[in-house]
Amino acid sequence: MNELISIVLSKLNYWVYIALMMVGLYAMIAKNNLVKKIIGMNILQTAVILFFISIGAKTNATIPIIMHGHAGESHAVHAADFINPLPHVLMLTAIVVAVSTLGVALALVIKLYQQYQTLEEDEILEQLGDE
Amino acid sequence: MIWQIELIVLLIVLICGIGAIMVKDLLGAAILFGAYSFMMCLLWAIMGAVDVAFTEASVGAGVSTVLFVAAVFRTSRRTKD
Amino acid sequence: MKILKIVTVLLFGGLLIYFTLDFPPWGDPQAPASMHVSPRYIERTIEETSVPNIVTAVLADYRGYDTMFETIVIFTAGIASILLLRVLKRTKSERQMYRHVPTGLTLRIEKGFGPPPGSKDFERIDLMWVPYDLIVKTGSRLIVPFSQIFALYVIAHGHHSPGGGFQGGVILGASIILFAISNNLRSSFTLISEKLAVLLCGLGVILYAGTGALCMFFGSNFLDYGALSHILGVDPVTARSHGILMVEIGVGICVMAVMVLLYYNLASAGRHDEGL
Repeated sequence: MNELISIVLSKLNYWVYIALMMVGLYAMIAKNNLVKKIIGMNILQTAVILFFISIGAKTNATIPIIMHGHAGESHAVHAADFINPLPHVLMLTAIVVAVSTLGVALALVIKLYQQYQTLEEDEILEQLGDE
Repeated sequence: MIWQIELIVLLIVLICGIGAIMVKDLLGAAILFGAYSFMMCLLWAIMGAVDVAFTEASVGAGVSTVLFVAAVFRTSRRTKD
Repeated sequence: MKILKIVTVLLFGGLLIYFTLDFPPWGDPQAPASMHVSPRYIERTIEETSVPNIVTAVLADYRGYDTMFETIVIFTAGIASILLLRVLKRTKSERQMYRHVPTGLTLRIEKGFGPPPGSKDFERIDLMWVPYDLIVKTGSRLIVPFSQIFALYVIAHGHHSPGGGFQGGVILGASIILFAISNNLRSSFTLISEKLAVLLCGLGVILYAGTGALCMFFGSNFLDYGALSHILGVDPVTARSHGILMVEIGVGICVMAVMVLLYYNLASAGRHDEGL
């Protein structure tokens, strides 16, 4: 019982991030409104980015900017003092892709509204089925 | 960092995320999404990812919320679901 | 149907939770993610590129090819919003509102009619026009220039502090969006017209790819900034730092133009006459 509690406490961080991802996934699948689906897509994207950033964290380490670095001094830099910068770089690209996808998705939503006068998925499917 | 701060911010993130998909007013959902994005930025700054937090603050809590509000302005505001 | 969706989500979540039982403890310095490539980046970035901000150095120099395609992705998003939404046929909208400036009278004119041509007393206003508001206009007039200076600072200091090309570009775009929201959308077209925004988009990508091609002219690989030391006259390490700066400026210009284009097309639904 004690080891079960210790397992839960050490992994609780990851489980909360996975719960956030599932909130986003549920909004994408189960909601009828198109704008709610887009909000769910963005929640899923930011939750995945949070998951990645949490992998690169290190205890007792500082942010990945080297102090007194540009003066040409060469005191040794230990990799264990700095937080892993590689997930940060990949997630910067992921945020850019997320905002691009958001822009195009909202443009599609406006076009759909101009065509069908509604944003609910079941009403659009009905109008499509009538044609 | 202090784990109590991290826990509180994580709880606010979860509540904002669930709230953004549950409200029936699309403008309210857009504003809650902006708040969710800003709390995410705080969480990343706590974990030491300062570049990513800067980007999310300017993109998510800035431009992304404005684009949502512009799209809701051009379409309808109520939703049944 | 709803039950099926909830079951799918729960199943997926349960599967992911089962996978996390294999993960290393949170914050472990010996985790496999921190063991192979990233110690080399952390330890060697000062002697190879002399840029203290490790994230900027990895983003623009070690993984510069990736960042070039990210710039192309955001350029594509701006162009796609034009192609999807833009309406070029100037059909007049159903009703337009005009305001007679000397008396302050607002008129709603139906389709087919218009004010007498050549008269300067009538100005076109939005359908959701509000009267002149001192606080909004003064506040935005104060904030816009300072935020633009801050954005240029963020781009230029990407080497030493958190920041870089992308963040500065978004703040520049946001300052123009603020001007467009507080005043008319039409008055913001005099600042940055659509043609200028599209040209700036392309200019940003050309700046990035052009820096990489310039490095190829001197015999090195694509995007190997050490070759720029031939034209800049400094040693290769400083040349890499300057190459990173040039590339970040390209990214910043492209991102600013795309944010402005996205806002123009979304707020006016492609017609470019009225906005938020």
